[in-house]
Amino acid sequence: MQTKYYFICILAIVSAIAFFASAQAPQAEKTPPAPGRAMARQAAITSGDWTTADHSKMDKLQQTFETGPAVTEACLSCHSKADDQLHNTIHWTWLSPYENGELIGKAGYSVNNFCISTNKMEDQKCSSCHIGWNGKKDGINCLRCHGDADIDWSAQFEDYKFFKETGDQEIAAEIQADIQKNVANISMPIRENCGSCHFNGGGGEAVKHGDLDASLIKPKRTLDVHMGIDGQDFSCTRCHTTNEHQIAGRVYSTPAVSERKSLVEDDLAPKITCESCHTAVPHKEAKLNDHTDMVACQSCHIPEFARAHATEMTWDWSTAGRLKDGKPYIEEGKYDREVYKSIKGSFTWEKDVVPKYYWYNGSVATVTAKDVIDPSGTVRVSHPVGKRGSEDSRIFPFKVHWARQPYDMVNNTLVTPLLSKANNGYWKSFDWQNSISRGMEIMNLPWSGELGFVETTYVFPTTHMVAPKEQALDCRACHQDNGRLEKLAGFYMPGRDRFQLLDYGAWGLAIATLAAVLLHAIGRIMASPGKKEE
Amino acid sequence: MGEQMKKIYLYTRYERFWHWLQMALIAVLLATGLEVHGVFSLIGFESAVDIHNFVGLTWLIAFFFFTFWLFTTGEWKQYIPTTRKMLIVIRYYSYGIFRGEPHPVPKSKKAKHNPLQRLTYLSLAAVMLPIQMITGLLYWSYNSWGAWGLDFLTMGTVAFVHTAMGFGILIFVIIHVYMTTTGHTVFAHIKAMITGWEDVEKSATVEEWEAR
Repeated sequence: MQTKYYFICILAIVSAIAFFASAQAPQAEKTPPAPGRAMARQAAITSGDWTTADHSKMDKLQQTFETGPAVTEACLSCHSKADDQLHNTIHWTWLSPYENGELIGKAGYSVNNFCISTNKMEDQKCSSCHIGWNGKKDGINCLRCHGDADIDWSAQFEDYKFFKETGDQEIAAEIQADIQKNVANISMPIRENCGSCHFNGGGGEAVKHGDLDASLIKPKRTLDVHMGIDGQDFSCTRCHTTNEHQIAGRVYSTPAVSERKSLVEDDLAPKITCESCHTAVPHKEAKLNDHTDMVACQSCHIPEFARAHATEMTWDWSTAGRLKDGKPYIEEGKYDREVYKSIKGSFTWEKDVVPKYYWYNGSVATVTAKDVIDPSGTVRVSHPVGKRGSEDSRIFPFKVHWARQPYDMVNNTLVTPLLSKANNGYWKSFDWQNSISRGMEIMNLPWSGELGFVETTYVFPTTHMVAPKEQALDCRACHQDNGRLEKLAGFYMPGRDRFQLLDYGAWGLAIATLAAVLLHAIGRIMASPGKKEE
Repeated sequence: MGEQMKKIYLYTRYERFWHWLQMALIAVLLATGLEVHGVFSLIGFESAVDIHNFVGLTWLIAFFFFTFWLFTTGEWKQYIPTTRKMLIVIRYYSYGIFRGEPHPVPKSKKAKHNPLQRLTYLSLAAVMLPIQMITGLLYWSYNSWGAWGLDFLTMGTVAFVHTAMGFGILIFVIIHVYMTTTGHTVFAHIKAMITGWEDVEKSATVEEWEAR
């Protein structure tokens, strides 16, 4: 009878333990994927070639093109609204309304850690990235985004003009045929189009963004799970959807998206956020889904940035201007990247960089050339906006770039030197006084003549180079002492935070209790021989 | 001494099952809870959290059955606190036990617990465990606080109470396990909790208040 109960009891305990264990056993393959993956797969189903027009058959494109603007004219003869649309985009204006109503941007008073300013687009080298013919001067260059990105169109037309005028008609005809062929080869922007500027910002490949560089032209899926050519093979426009040439996904002055909507909720919503396709409950695991209101997807799913190409992390302008035998020079260092250039100063580069994490609501605040700075500390030329507790803010990963750049020691403002050789700027003259005074004159800003250098930081939200889920961060990356979120204060995070006093008190009490029962036990053992005698 | 003993059936099948199930639950919860707390690293944070949540919820559900059993069987009366013989029991554990004196409040079918046990188990079952379960449930349902109108709570407060109670249970476990060795043999009480049959002294009489 007793043994029977004994067995029942043991059986109950064993089965209970087995029950817990089975709940922990790895989910079998037959279980469906996480809802977010299923949703995203659904949203990414390709419907084949959807184009309804073959540009090589268009009469308007069969003509001889003497100049770039002539091509644009041909485009606009059918796409009659494109220029009006384009002129309202930030890609054209390089200006964007800021929260105080002011227009901020490269064409305005914005400054950055890199080539500092475009001097209201007067600096000729800077405007090489503008989407117009001859900078902004001769109208839109449609081919910049819709044509073959490897072609230097301006050079093509110059060559054509040269050979035509010098009389070598055969070569001129060859160039013209090439132009016509390529003009007719129109497509949605491909990676090389976007990348020609966005992979090369700041004066070189992988200088600015840690998550956007030429490695994304042909990435492995381990580098970018969306763009990987051995995976989903998304083009940029797959997520950066367009409405009247306004391209979704810009951050900075205003939040990139004010609503976190998925296509499930609104099938015309831009696909720019992770949630657009993956929804706000992307994981199989409910506890992970509980994070999506506070932690941006990017924080865990981009464990490091610059995982293929090293990215520039610091730029020290104060060392610029050293010459060897009266000539500017370049030094290369780690990763075969330039670590010193006479025209620009010193750089450092890093690979596999762990991001810095901040609360972020989708906008970045910036200091302009008009703002007074405090040179005693590091000037945050740009920094993420957002705070814990506000509904639109989440923890987001950033590349933080450090620089030392010129400033006006009397007016306490960052200065905007004119740089380009074509403008006879610093890169030719190596004369700070001359290049700054001319640069500030263009900006119509005061310059005292007292040059100093100040430390600055500049931030980039990290959102590309999303790794496959196997590479996502482990809980412990943050839920521990000295974890990745060590510096984010104001909230209790399990595993990271504890109440020191409670811990000491509780362990002290537990140890004291253990000692007490041990003493009691010893007491009983010592007393027991006497008991036996009795 | 042995010949003066008689066996009484003290713990029913469900009671014993509940006891050992609870033991297993507490062991798992303490281990995983301390791992989440960052005391050691054994099975990893994610697994620890998953198991802790699952086992915690299991306990919560099982606890409802226990409460049901407690009231339908009238066993709740075993937990009514009393101060009678309290000092005598304290004196026994701090003095008499070393002299080989018999326990002043022998166990009986109607009074399984001595006054100290009554107080301990009552505060455990009626205060500590419910607090632990409520704070645990809150901890788990953190994301729903807003919807439930519990915005005034902070993770810090809930975590503090839950951690403090967790340590309280740990300390209870230390004492409780030790106390099992204080029967007439070291394993007598454990054996009783497995078989249901406890050895009690023949001469023992049950007082009226104990046999309510």
